[in-house]
Amino acid sequence: MKRVFPILGILTAALLSYALYEALIAAPTEQTMGNVQRIFYYHVASAWTAFLLFFINFGASVAYLIRRNPIADAIAVTTAEVGVVFCTVVLVTGPLWARPVWGIWWTWDVRLTSTLVLWLIYVSYLMLRRFSSSGQTPLLAAVLAVFGALDVPLVYFSIWFFRTQHPQPVIGGGGSIDPRMMHVLLLNWAAFLCFAFLVCWSRYRLERLQKDVEEAQALESMVQPGGTR
Amino acid sequence: MSRLAAITGAALAKDLRLEWRSKDAINAMLFFALLVVVIFSFSFNPTAEESRQIAGGLIWVAFLFAAVVALNQTWARELRNQVLDAYRVSPAPASALFLSKALGNFIFVSVLEALMAPLFIIFYSLRALGPTWQLIPVSALGTWAIVVNGTFFAAMSLRTRSREIMLPLLLFPLLATVNATTLILTGEASAKVWIVLLLAYDVVFTTGCLLLFEIVLHAE
Repeated sequence: MKRVFPILGILTAALLSYALYEALIAAPTEQTMGNVQRIFYYHVASAWTAFLLFFINFGASVAYLIRRNPIADAIAVTTAEVGVVFCTVVLVTGPLWARPVWGIWWTWDVRLTSTLVLWLIYVSYLMLRRFSSSGQTPLLAAVLAVFGALDVPLVYFSIWFFRTQHPQPVIGGGGSIDPRMMHVLLLNWAAFLCFAFLVCWSRYRLERLQKDVEEAQALESMVQPGGTR
Repeated sequence: MSRLAAITGAALAKDLRLEWRSKDAINAMLFFALLVVVIFSFSFNPTAEESRQIAGGLIWVAFLFAAVVALNQTWARELRNQVLDAYRVSPAPASALFLSKALGNFIFVSVLEALMAPLFIIFYSLRALGPTWQLIPVSALGTWAIVVNGTFFAAMSLRTRSREIMLPLLLFPLLATVNATTLILTGEASAKVWIVLLLAYDVVFTTGCLLLFEIVLHAE
């Protein structure tokens, strides 16, 4: 396991730099937007990664509610934290692109609003985990995660009812894309997924180690009063 | 099913009787909402046309804040004398307890809304240009969305003391309610889509709350 991590790290770095080259230099320039469009490779790839991570978070939370398995809880924390980071990337790159193309940083468009709501829900999840000190935190956090996941499809389906300024989804939404661009996008997504996996892995190990230390400390404090004195 | 209804009814009747005799929550809510109405009214001092645009948001902000007052004392009363512990050991289904609390809060907040709505109409000289009757389903569904989530998260925050965490989940129903109210007041477009979305939200979250409440009740 110890040796796999650096190898995977090097592979991810190589893949990320290749994807960067493809996105910034090799991919064809968009006709009307020009080079500004290249942020799309990061924006969409991050969005897909974030959604995937939140989906795993939901699965892990349900698993925790059913089995009370600490591994599921550690996976839930990890994916929520990394997911929030990727979702933040989406929310930052979006306005950066919108400013030159739409002429405004932000609009209360359904799609933008729903992503912001999603981000807020998972930030509140992390806040609950941080501020609650009782032993039931994982349980309450899992309940909140299920609620958050229930909210997401509702917010998302509301998009269907309204005209949106946001470009149509690339997949399954009627938007069309040059196959060369699609190739670069998928490459970037693969690189982001590898990176997300790497970060999740180390965060997961940290979480598990932290739990081990806490358990050892609790055990020690139970033994101490009678034994050593 | 009848057992569930009987237990829910008994717990609800107890809460309503307590509130009828003490009038703790409703007085606090009314006074608070009144202050909000007055502050908004003299800080904006809108014309009839402007007030149609902004009143939807103001009304619901006032109702939301007032509802928080009711939600805060929902479970506090049960903590005294270990009533909540008695609920935990009793064979009564947890969902019945939750349902009675949510219904109780719904009734309190609805009464508040019925009392405050005329004040809003007077202060903001409101006259809806759209179909006025639609305000009734909008307010009923919107209020239920707020209280069902609020009651659930009030139970959760008995332990965590962080009630703010529920606010992101309330963003969507508030958005839908405010938009529907504004559309009805201005008569610009039909509010039906928002009503359907609110209904879907209410169904999904009521089911979720009823299923998950047992876990929250027993988490200690």
